[in-house]
Amino acid sequence: MVTAPANLIEGIRRRDPRAIARAISWVESGAPLSGQVMAGLEQDLIDQARVYGITGPPGAGKSTLTGRLIGHYRRQEARVGVIAIDPSSPLSGGALLGDRIRMMDHALDPDVIMRSMASRGRLGGLCAAAGATVRILAGAGCSVIIIETVGVGQSEMDVIRLADLTALVVAPGQGDDIQAMKAGLLEVADLLVVNKGDCPGAEALALDLETAARDRPALPAGLSRVCMTTASENLGVAELAKTLDRLDSKRRQSGEHQAKRALAQRLEVVDWALEMLRPRLEKMIGATEAVTRDDPRQLASALIASLTGPER
Amino acid sequence: MNVEASRYRVLIGKPGLDGHDRGAKFIARALRDAGFEVIYTGIRRTPEEIAAAAVQEDVAAIGLSSLSGGHSRLFPAVLEALQAIGAGDIPVLGGGIIPEEEIAALQAAGIRQIFTPGTPIETILAAFREACAEHLRQNQGA
Amino acid sequence: MKEMSDQDRYDHWRENELRKSLERFPERKKKFSYHGGMEVPRVAVPEKIDPTYLEQLGFPGQYPFTRGVQPTMHRGRLWTMRQYAGFSTASETNRRFRFLLDQGTTGLSVAFDLPTQIGYDSDAAQSSGEVGKVGVAIDTLADLETLFAEIPLDKVSISMTINSPAAVLLAMYVAVGEKQGVAREKLSGTIQNDILKEYVARGTYIFPPRPSLRLITDIFRWCSANTPTFNTISISGYHIREAGATAIQEVALTLANGCTYVQAATDAGLDVDLFAPRLAFFFNASSNLLEEVAKFRAARRLWARLMKERFGARKPASLMLRFHTQTAGHTLTAQQIDNNIVRVTIQALAAVLGGTQSLHTNSRDEALSLPTEDSVRTALRTQQIIAHESGVADTIDPLAGSYYLEQLTDRIENEARELIRKIDEKGGVIPCIEDGFIKRQIESAAYDYQQEIESGERIIVGINRFQGEEREKLKLLKIDPAVEEEQVARLARVKTERDSARVANTLAEVHRVAAGDGNLMEPILSAVKAYASLGEICGVLREVFGEYRD
Repeated sequence: MVTAPANLIEGIRRRDPRAIARAISWVESGAPLSGQVMAGLEQDLIDQARVYGITGPPGAGKSTLTGRLIGHYRRQEARVGVIAIDPSSPLSGGALLGDRIRMMDHALDPDVIMRSMASRGRLGGLCAAAGATVRILAGAGCSVIIIETVGVGQSEMDVIRLADLTALVVAPGQGDDIQAMKAGLLEVADLLVVNKGDCPGAEALALDLETAARDRPALPAGLSRVCMTTASENLGVAELAKTLDRLDSKRRQSGEHQAKRALAQRLEVVDWALEMLRPRLEKMIGATEAVTRDDPRQLASALIASLTGPER
Repeated sequence: MNVEASRYRVLIGKPGLDGHDRGAKFIARALRDAGFEVIYTGIRRTPEEIAAAAVQEDVAAIGLSSLSGGHSRLFPAVLEALQAIGAGDIPVLGGGIIPEEEIAALQAAGIRQIFTPGTPIETILAAFREACAEHLRQNQGA
Repeated sequence: MKEMSDQDRYDHWRENELRKSLERFPERKKKFSYHGGMEVPRVAVPEKIDPTYLEQLGFPGQYPFTRGVQPTMHRGRLWTMRQYAGFSTASETNRRFRFLLDQGTTGLSVAFDLPTQIGYDSDAAQSSGEVGKVGVAIDTLADLETLFAEIPLDKVSISMTINSPAAVLLAMYVAVGEKQGVAREKLSGTIQNDILKEYVARGTYIFPPRPSLRLITDIFRWCSANTPTFNTISISGYHIREAGATAIQEVALTLANGCTYVQAATDAGLDVDLFAPRLAFFFNASSNLLEEVAKFRAARRLWARLMKERFGARKPASLMLRFHTQTAGHTLTAQQIDNNIVRVTIQALAAVLGGTQSLHTNSRDEALSLPTEDSVRTALRTQQIIAHESGVADTIDPLAGSYYLEQLTDRIENEARELIRKIDEKGGVIPCIEDGFIKRQIESAAYDYQQEIESGERIIVGINRFQGEEREKLKLLKIDPAVEEEQVARLARVKTERDSARVANTLAEVHRVAAGDGNLMEPILSAVKAYASLGEICGVLREVFGEYRD
């Protein structure tokens, strides 16, 4: 397959799965020419795409729910992109990406593009390339993009930052996990979804979440922050999607959406800068003699000073 | 940027109706522990589904497992499905209960390598590494 | 009972359970003796019988059944030598069955191909390349009639390894019985019918868990009323172990599934003492001889206790864990295949010492393909030599009282019980299937095991130690690729010869009842007799129940 940037841009426009997949690989691996590809994407498509995050503790049924959401949006004839992120092994750097299993129903649908990604060392958070991948999928005509990540490490906060809206999905029987959940999460996720609604404890859990969300500002148009689904039976899924879409629409009207995207972009720039800096910094530290009694903060200050000097 | 950030991506799948996934899962985990990013597609996949997933995930190699004797039709069927969507260049390796005398035919059909029971995992990992490296070299563009 | 001393319990057992058993049928020989004439004791018991002995061991055929479910065990009747077989077409398999019966097997066990097990006809797209490969292809009643031609269903005990479409195969079996003139009440046999393990270990599921349980309880109910001597379920640990589980997990997960079925049946209004006696189990016999023996004993004792504690079962037959065993497939190597004969011997010995009711021994070439006649014969002879030459079948539970064995039995029981408790805490087996807990348990164990082999910590002779040059190539069984064409043609013929209107009506009725809550057995029986195909009937059920997606 010929892989000059122009070909990839063309392929993305034509919605060629291989070109899309190759472009994503390029941003993931930091290929030097990936910048050209990104520059060739249609900004309108990126602006219009709805980007939803699905996160939560393992076992809540996120993959199943995502699979159902895909089905819902497909029935509305929307082209759907899915990014499923799993943590990389801190030991080997490899990853087992198994979310696709629950979504194989859509494997042959040309209007569903799924990509499994590994966090690649970002402390279990989203890989740096997630944002770029969202844009590529949008540029390939996906009007709805779902980012699914298992809630470990930094990933929930990362996805909340990256997506336009995020749904935190929990299931009954995970009471302990929810207690242990970082307090910020319940306050920052846009929607709180109780999945496995047919299991005992679902109602009680929904009530708990409503109580926890009590002090947050109410959603517009009387939308409910807490939703209930039974993804395995495809119940509550359409309602969840509707809530997401309506909330998204309201946010665009009010300007909140645009502001969030602008902030996300700024944060992503810093992210990339850190990614790019890291190896240089590590190299530089490697070059200095190990003096264990020096204060790390002082050393860091000095490092940055030497970087931001005239030499780049 | 970081060349190390480049990871070998492979897809492991079981085409056909066979549900015994112990071997496939072990290889998936072993690949993970060796630093690969492994997309595991589970059991009961059609050749077309496996090919479509492999393309979307831009994998550098595919591993197929079959313990039910269906390999003679199913492995070549995956190759055909890949060709049909313009991905015939992705190397395909296979393993499972495959009689010696059928290996040559599968390789002639285009399966890069076949692993029979008892093959040490190191051999399998090395084969995947080589296959991925070669594929990435041929597909360089960035 | 209260006035009886512990010592008297032994006499009591002899006067009651033992005597009744001997009245039903005598032991195989008048006298079991060693060369030299001395008599082999029926069952060795401690000189001093104490409360711990009575509580933990008891006597054979008596709660908690640690020492066996029958008072005379293999002295009364040898275990059934039941070799699993099946491949390509019904007529080929029929020939293999008759060969086995001639060679001395006392029961048959049918292996079906993957399309049949997953409810697809041989002409379905998904079946291509898989027809007749791992078992016999059955599309309609016509195929089952051929399968059992000249095999009297009232004389030969037949076990069918079929799960998701078990109701359909059972219906076909009943129909064949009718044609042979065998009364329903006399129909014996077994269907595996254990859907829960499919989701985590074997993969031939069709429908989601809840409708599958409904089908299973429909079968329980129908069989209680119509075929009371038919075994309606073989709750299986074999596959769970094959998937990589430990011995403790094998016991815990199997018994947890068993409890789930019992619960489903009692929830559906069935009386536990009515259907529990017909529950059967199916375990693995792996290579660690003594661990396996302890495992079987622990499983028996734990099940008896669970049935009593949880379900209040009262009939002794409801508390008995009767089981079939298969030697561990996953231990067979493709290298130096004669070594497999030795492995199977050790494993079979474990099963016999562990008190199995029925046994399948693998053939030496099964890591390579389905077995040849020669290999199968050796596998059968292995059982026969153990039975008649080794002496272990002449006395009951001979390893009892060994410090090692009793401690291991206790440990396995306790740890299995603990894992069952964990599953209960999480809401039971079905939630644990749905959220992957059970799969993760098994996968973790499988991974550890394989890593031990890779690192050399666990030695497998011929694989990571004592490798050698391979001998000349063995002749292996090959499945003729023409089988698929043949079968597809056969199915097409049946379809032209049958009454399509009748088929359509019966299928519509299956649909109607499936969508409601009536018993599905009669509608399925009618459809089967009209020569509706397995794929057609399962297709209707798929429409109503949906398909399970992992």
